[in-house]
Amino acid sequence: MGLFILRRLGVMLLTALCLTFIVFFLTNLYPNLEKLAKTQGNFRMTDEAVASWLDDRGYIDNTFVKYGRWLGVVPGWVTEKEDGTVTGQCFAENAPVAERATFCGVLQGDWGFSLVFKDEVSNIVATRLAATGKLMGFVLLVMVPMSLIVGVLAGMREGSGLDRSLSTFSIATTATPEYVSGVIFIAIFASSAFGLKWFKGSATQAIENATFENFTLPVLTIALYGMGYIARMTRASMTEVMTAQYIRTARLKGVSFGNIVLKHALRNALIAPFTVIMLQIPWLLNGVVIVETLFNYKGFGWLLVQAAGNNDIELLLAVSVVSVVVVLITQLISDIGYVFLNPRIRIS
Amino acid sequence: MDPLTWTGPLGQFLDPVLYVLSAIFLIAVLIQIVMSVATGGSRVVTNPDGTLSSAGGAYDLSATATRWTGAALLLVVLAYIILGVFGGPGTTGIIGGMSQQLIPVWIALIATFALSITFKRKLGLYGKLFDSTVGMIGFALVMFWVYAGAMAGLLDWITTHDSLSQVSGMKNKVPGTPMRGAEDGEYAWYLLGGDNLARDVFSRLFKGAWIVVQIAPLATLFAFMVGITLGLPAGYYGGRLDTLLSFLANLILAFPVILLFYLLVTPEIVATGIPNYMATVLFVFPLIFVGVLLNSRYYTQPSFRTPLLIIVLGIMGWIYLSLISDGGTKVAVLPEFLDLFDIDPGILVVFVSVVFVNAPTVFRIVRGLALDIKTRDYVAAAQTRGEGPWYIMLWEILPNARGPLIVDFCLRIGYTTILLGTLGFFGLGLQSESPDWGTTINAGRRLLSVYPHAAIAPALSLLTLVLGLNLLADGLREESLKD
Repeated sequence: MGLFILRRLGVMLLTALCLTFIVFFLTNLYPNLEKLAKTQGNFRMTDEAVASWLDDRGYIDNTFVKYGRWLGVVPGWVTEKEDGTVTGQCFAENAPVAERATFCGVLQGDWGFSLVFKDEVSNIVATRLAATGKLMGFVLLVMVPMSLIVGVLAGMREGSGLDRSLSTFSIATTATPEYVSGVIFIAIFASSAFGLKWFKGSATQAIENATFENFTLPVLTIALYGMGYIARMTRASMTEVMTAQYIRTARLKGVSFGNIVLKHALRNALIAPFTVIMLQIPWLLNGVVIVETLFNYKGFGWLLVQAAGNNDIELLLAVSVVSVVVVLITQLISDIGYVFLNPRIRIS
Repeated sequence: MDPLTWTGPLGQFLDPVLYVLSAIFLIAVLIQIVMSVATGGSRVVTNPDGTLSSAGGAYDLSATATRWTGAALLLVVLAYIILGVFGGPGTTGIIGGMSQQLIPVWIALIATFALSITFKRKLGLYGKLFDSTVGMIGFALVMFWVYAGAMAGLLDWITTHDSLSQVSGMKNKVPGTPMRGAEDGEYAWYLLGGDNLARDVFSRLFKGAWIVVQIAPLATLFAFMVGITLGLPAGYYGGRLDTLLSFLANLILAFPVILLFYLLVTPEIVATGIPNYMATVLFVFPLIFVGVLLNSRYYTQPSFRTPLLIIVLGIMGWIYLSLISDGGTKVAVLPEFLDLFDIDPGILVVFVSVVFVNAPTVFRIVRGLALDIKTRDYVAAAQTRGEGPWYIMLWEILPNARGPLIVDFCLRIGYTTILLGTLGFFGLGLQSESPDWGTTINAGRRLLSVYPHAAIAPALSLLTLVLGLNLLADGLREESLKD
């Protein structure tokens, strides 16, 4: 087991390195850098001015060297201008020679500086992640119990009226992406066209002060799309368990239907949905980006859109590291959890 | 001209009936659900001759009630559409106007269903679809959009106005607004209202359907070609090849889709030509697939195989080269006079990124199926006969994996449609005046709380198309499991 986790961690690290390198490579292509120079300097810069601006800041070097600098395994860039001022990646302008750090990268805990937000990347990501954590927490709180109940109710008697209506409902939710359900929800519950102004169509204030009025629609929108899939998996696993021999034995012994479902079937039926729920979390990340844009909730997804839209390289790298780590950790947890929940499976 | 109401003059009689029937139907469904939990389903009695028959009872009664009210509800809804076909906007308002515009679609749908149901025993899996209600509903929804999209996009039939022209005074007008100063021969209303640039929402909806209906299945097909061509050897050979390809697939899957889209679809990246290079690599897979498929089958008859391969690969190669080479981009291998067609660079980028995102999932499914099927006896038999590995993969394993793959293909078209919508929603790739649904939702969402109609129409369309594909996949799965 220990070896298995170690190997998985190794693969995770390799994946994270490859992915960040791809992001790094794509964001550091010359047209992107040119745009960056023009937005940071001024828009009427000549090609030579752009080149020297980029050269002063170490952007022209080899991609691998730059990536190494970001990681903190290659010394940061140092530029000495003709008038003698020395600027560097790892120290303020004209800092005394003794106080100049050589390395400053992720390994040293320095995630860089966001050029759009004019702040430390680690600060920005931490605040935005907290906001999204709140959203995700509420989503999971709504989504998981609801989808499990729907799945178990549908699966306990295959082919019944209840099963058919609930299955139709879950198929309908998987067919409704967040930008469709969000639009419909806002139109029905928050617009003046239908007149039902029950909720608010914007969740901007929910960051400081989440109320029922401004937080319901975003939470519901994300939860609904993820729900259908988990419910269908739960239903499939429940119908399979309900045809098992030990359920038939229990029924022949005269155990009541309610007891069969709650005491005999439920625990075995919930193993498969656990994996699905864990693997669904990365998918929720997509939903979070869409919903935060639609409802203008300034969380991690909103940050991703801002960073990507403005080619804010260091911020974008931090954002992708966080999301890749989320994906890989949920995969790991789902694998390990599956083994713990299902004693029939052994890792060799 | 008066503004149209949703259901028009006839609606005064039909609407109350509809409301009452829907209320009764909802109550009946609720009662049936309660009954199915409370009474344990329908009571079955054993007859003296050993047969079983239903003994009626409370549950059966509620089920019958649901069925009949459901049928009555359906009849009323059909009444709106059929009356609309004959009477147009004058009888059943906006719904009538729309259903009159859609007459060719209704005819095509009815013809498809009549033909398919008549010959369903001779049509294999497709025919079996018509045994399942869910499958038929799904198929009807999908074909509705396919026909409507094709007729609006190719023949210009269904639309009432030009999808790009702006008419003064129609900005953000609600559905059914008459056109100011409509001339003779011009359609007198904006059936689904005007958007924030005073364009007709109804016409844009169906023009957009054509874009979606074209790109989504084609992109899914390409993703399947890539996934199958890489997944079969990974599952069949295993070992290092499998480890490497699985690692690459997991790498792409670990990427948040939206981040990938933002990285690939921005104008700066397009300027570097990376999407064109990716297209060059991804679009070569259908060639490899078909080439290997035919070669592995006919390599024992070289006199037949060689001309066949030359013709097929020649035609495909020409299409491939015309597809990837595009004047003005980095990949322009073919001279202008040989270039059959140019793809709009925006659409090409969207296409490539959607294929790129979908292919790893298909790869994983195919690999799993190949791992399972390669242990079967008929594969061992083929190996004993001395068949080559590619023959076994493509002519023994692949046909036996077709059931799950067809089902997944339908689901994946739906997912691709959602992805296309996501791209449009973030304003990536396609131009901002493009009528596709995602872009229209993106344009309409800014005024959502005041004028929701411009965003709701494409949102509901996307919902019905994807729902139809999911139901179709469900019906296919059910029917393919039966034998």
